[in-house]
Amino acid sequence: MLAGKKIAILGDRDGIPGPAIEEALKSTEAEVVFTTTECFV
Amino acid sequence: MDLENQQRIKDLADEHGQENMVVILGGAEAEASGLACETVTNGDPTFAGPLAGVQLGLACYHVFEPEIKDAIDEDVYEEQISMMEMVLEVDDIIEEVKEYREKFSQYTL
Repeated sequence: MLAGKKIAILGDRDGIPGPAIEEALKSTEAEVVFTTTECFV
Repeated sequence: MDLENQQRIKDLADEHGQENMVVILGGAEAEASGLACETVTNGDPTFAGPLAGVQLGLACYHVFEPEIKDAIDEDVYEEQISMMEMVLEVDDIIEEVKEYREKFSQYTL
């Protein structure tokens, strides 16, 4: 389902940080094009 | 949502095509996650950033949602994500993000 998709990750310092999501997505066929970790509040 | 990140998302959508982009959120709570989803689909609701009035309609999911979770290797998900799943209000977060996606996303997985 994610194959060929370009992924932008908006992680959260108090939730799931960007790099953790990026690492998890390495197990899929998606391509991560942007990762950040925001403070959502 | 951070103004610089709004610009990045806008630029990436221009570069790769809105239909090819998926935004994945890691927000800790429902309201903020919903706002981020609203921003990348219907535009910045605060009218402060580069996405003000820009309806990108991007596919947007929280990493907890089954569309994303099920695509990730189970062991890797366990290692990277599941600890936070135990402490956050997963159902509320999913419901909020889904509401905005269903309302404003022009693309889905």
